[in-house]
Amino acid sequence: MIKRSLIIYFFLFISANAEEIFDYDLVAKQIAKDTYVFVGAKEDFSYKNGGNIVNTGFIVTEEGVVIIDTGPSYTYGSQMKQAIIEITNKPIIKILITHHHPDHFLGNQAFTGVPIFALPKTIQQLKREANGFLDNMYRLVGKAMKDTEVETTNIKPLSITQEKLGRHHLEYIYLSGHTPSDLVIFDKETGVLFTGDLTFHNRALTTPHAQPEEWLNSLDVIKKVDFKIIVPGHGEITENLEPVEQTRDYLVWLEKTISNAVEHGLEMNEVLALPIPDRFKEFSVLNREFTRSVTHRYPVYEKNIFDELPY
Amino acid sequence: MRSIFLVALKKIIIFTIFFYQFSVFATEQQKDPLNSPSWNEMHKIILNAEPVIFDDRIEVSIPSFAEDPTNVPITIKVKDIKKIEEIIVFADLNPIQKVLSFKPFNIKPSLSFRIKVEQSTPVRAGVKTSDGIWHVGGRWLEAAGGGCTAPSLSSGVVNWHETLMDISSRVWVRDDNSSRFRFRIMHPMDTGLAPGIPEFFIEEITIFDASRLVIGEIITYQPISENPVFTVDTYPDTQTPVQLKGSDTNGNRFDTKL
Repeated sequence: MIKRSLIIYFFLFISANAEEIFDYDLVAKQIAKDTYVFVGAKEDFSYKNGGNIVNTGFIVTEEGVVIIDTGPSYTYGSQMKQAIIEITNKPIIKILITHHHPDHFLGNQAFTGVPIFALPKTIQQLKREANGFLDNMYRLVGKAMKDTEVETTNIKPLSITQEKLGRHHLEYIYLSGHTPSDLVIFDKETGVLFTGDLTFHNRALTTPHAQPEEWLNSLDVIKKVDFKIIVPGHGEITENLEPVEQTRDYLVWLEKTISNAVEHGLEMNEVLALPIPDRFKEFSVLNREFTRSVTHRYPVYEKNIFDELPY
Repeated sequence: MRSIFLVALKKIIIFTIFFYQFSVFATEQQKDPLNSPSWNEMHKIILNAEPVIFDDRIEVSIPSFAEDPTNVPITIKVKDIKKIEEIIVFADLNPIQKVLSFKPFNIKPSLSFRIKVEQSTPVRAGVKTSDGIWHVGGRWLEAAGGGCTAPSLSSGVVNWHETLMDISSRVWVRDDNSSRFRFRIMHPMDTGLAPGIPEFFIEEITIFDASRLVIGEIITYQPISENPVFTVDTYPDTQTPVQLKGSDTNGNRFDTKL
């Protein structure tokens, strides 16, 4: 009897503790020399994935570790830090944030004392929107967000376009289009290109802050980079141009579809009911992202059919 | 002895069948396909507890979730129902449930517009036919909320009143000579639920054709989105709308030839 209650107590103890901290089960996947990626699920935010839908990464240079994006929560950041410590004893010297979306920066909190850099416009956007994002993430992801807070005062504006850290010659390419400013990082030593959310792979794009023309221009720039491996913000890492081409193809289709529909007098719900080409059918999160994109992009085109709004 | 027993049994069977049917009919009247906690209340308040049929011919198109709770697109289409007197649109779990009432006198019984929602809710259209029956259709909308209690964008703009009730419109003529008419009216459509901002919304819109006949009438309530956009469709070979009249809760009027 005592034995049985002890067993019950033991399980209660385990489950109580398991509820305390969400386990992201982060595995650092080595994709090139000194270069690792934590590959996120090709899903939408959920309680189950704790917001881990994003690819974050790090480069172990002779001078220390450079992190690219810190994930969706404080817990994610902490577990990322732990996973890095298990791979290298080099100190973490720098964090780069590719853009201002919540799944890319909310882990910052786990890296106190480490300088964090982002493009100046990204910092502006963060100051404006980070708290709203945080509220939304608690709602979408739940307890995995535990203790996550927004800290933007410690983020410094990035002002250099390249630097050499040991053997790793890093190039910082300032682009835009997915958001008002998107940072792309190219490591000349390994040929690894971190595109942030300027490319998606086998996953429908998120477009709440998209500027399609700028985005397409940015894809032209990315295409010219002589990379060996491309790390999209969401979706599989690959050695070919597929993430760039898919992103372009989908974005062009999306904009054309919505603008044509508005020009022909279609209502938003009628646009949502339009057929989606077969070549995009395998993209994950397709229906949900299409609905979101129509919600954001339709009003932009609708302004063209009515008189200009004064505000 | 045996026959008395049989007669009694027969009576019991008949009674059972009769009451069973009656009770099925009664529950069918009441059973809400959307399982909303406030359906009974909506039935009383909005549809005056009048007879209701849940009817698939009422198509309510909405996105599966509200990405922008201040602008949720709603499209109502009614197929193959004649003698329509009124279409009422309501959202059971919104703080203000009644969205609009539409009387399509000589215009298709279809209407699109956008609304503000505060939380997940059924969105429904009740179509009243001349026999006094409400035909009801609807769907659940998933929403995180905040649409009704958020201040309008124009409430933060100094010169919003300069464009108040300005109307902009477009007409598309379809292959079958029917036409689509879309119009936008500049108005904050304040719900009164945002702190410090009193309610202020368009109450009535009347649509006229070239012969100065009223072809449609829309009574609007607080949940309609800011600077509302409406889409209506005319029947083939009827005149397209040429004039809009209306007023808001402060007595401002518009009378615009298009």
